[in-house]
Amino acid sequence: MKRKIINFLNFVGGIYTFSKQCLQEFAEHSVSRQLLIAQLQNVGVKSIPIVLIVSSSVGMVMALQFGIGLEKFSGKLYIPKVVTVSILRELGPIFAGLMFAARVGSGITSEVASMVVTQQIDAIRALGTSPIQKIVLPRILACLISLPILTVFANIIGIMSGLFVGSLDLGLPTSYYMQKIRTSIILADYLSGFGKTFFFALFVSIPACYLGLHTKRGTRGVGSATTTAVVAACTLILIGDYFLTKFFWIIESWK
Amino acid sequence: MEIIKVSHFYKSFAEKTVHEDVNFSVNNGECLGLLGGSGVGKSVILRSLIGLERANSGSIRIDDEEITSFNENEFTKIRKKVAYVFQHGALFDSMSVFDNLAYPLIEHTSLSSDEIRERVTTLLSDFNLEGSEDLLPAELSGGMQKRVGLARAIILNPKVVLYDEPTAGLDPANTIIIQELILKLKKSGSTAVLVTHDIDTALNVCDRICLLRGGKIINIGSLQQFKSDKNKLVELFLKEEK
Repeated sequence: MKRKIINFLNFVGGIYTFSKQCLQEFAEHSVSRQLLIAQLQNVGVKSIPIVLIVSSSVGMVMALQFGIGLEKFSGKLYIPKVVTVSILRELGPIFAGLMFAARVGSGITSEVASMVVTQQIDAIRALGTSPIQKIVLPRILACLISLPILTVFANIIGIMSGLFVGSLDLGLPTSYYMQKIRTSIILADYLSGFGKTFFFALFVSIPACYLGLHTKRGTRGVGSATTTAVVAACTLILIGDYFLTKFFWIIESWK
Repeated sequence: MEIIKVSHFYKSFAEKTVHEDVNFSVNNGECLGLLGGSGVGKSVILRSLIGLERANSGSIRIDDEEITSFNENEFTKIRKKVAYVFQHGALFDSMSVFDNLAYPLIEHTSLSSDEIRERVTTLLSDFNLEGSEDLLPAELSGGMQKRVGLARAIILNPKVVLYDEPTAGLDPANTIIIQELILKLKKSGSTAVLVTHDIDTALNVCDRICLLRGGKIINIGSLQQFKSDKNKLVELFLKEEK
């Protein structure tokens, strides 16, 4: 138990020092555009299919569940608003974030950890360059750019899937569903969900890079670092979501 | 003139002490061999010379600069003059051979792309690697990977080259090729520190040899001294390794 607490504190301290180091290097040097584009392709473009599949599934299931539940109280007419607000505020960003953690977080950690094991990270340093500049920053920036965009796609597909089920299975007219989406959604619904994605991107990319760079015990360490990175990212997303929701709620209530 | 001077070097990992009071120096243009069995910490010394490991205490001077207190940024200038040849090449596996060799030139020089191409092509030809520029490291044999690693390390014309087991795992023919390349670089005036447990390679390319055992240097001297030394530990090591 004592050892686990020490390991956890080491991890937290390590993440703090690592983030500070990344910020310093980001402020001092520019990130290679070529490396960033390559990472945008890896991290962002290649994540589109999985994020869209999951978000369409979530949209359809949500519409169906609310349809079944609300019908008992003659509340079917509220389905468009409930489904859309749920997707925009919570489910779109959360599911996009979790899928991103699973696909991108694991990918980053295993790739970077393999580079550690094969001494490529040492080679970057030995050649007078910085692994943070060459490996870490392009990945963090690519995550910061990609996840919000992926979430926009996820939201659109999720809402459209809800509309599809609403009109096809629940008998709600498409025009009514569309009109309800337009009239009942306010900008704050959209922004509070969208704002979270920048934090989620950091929750995925920073632990993934940190754990990859600090891999020990050879190829066995690659597997355990990857598992830890995904668990850490998912936990941070889910726990962080509560505090972020509260944070955006406070901001909204100021207006 | 000494280009590398290591004094009272101590290094430990957690509770395990790897080196205690290690002292040696390397003169300009000289090749020093660090010999010892597996696990004695030969590579740890080599990695410490370029800041990939940090000494717990002691002094390391490279080209009259004390490097033990350097941060990563300060090490950059040392790493331009001191090259490191990794045991398994440590080539960037997502880049072609050409891009691996061009990497230091792109990062540290203002050469045009044509000049970089010319420099890389010349080096590939010097290392008998013509035609492999578009291949990925995974498509190369072990010997070729080591040669590419060596070529990448010396492309910036460093003053010192640190070799970490350059012939380990190679067949006799590739071992001879690597030895010849090291001798060629030595003739061109570069200083070298060579870590190996291959006595033949050490005897063929080094000017002096330093024998490590139990975290300490137990013998350091010229090739002749090394061969004629009757120190029992040396004999033991030679028996063990042969």
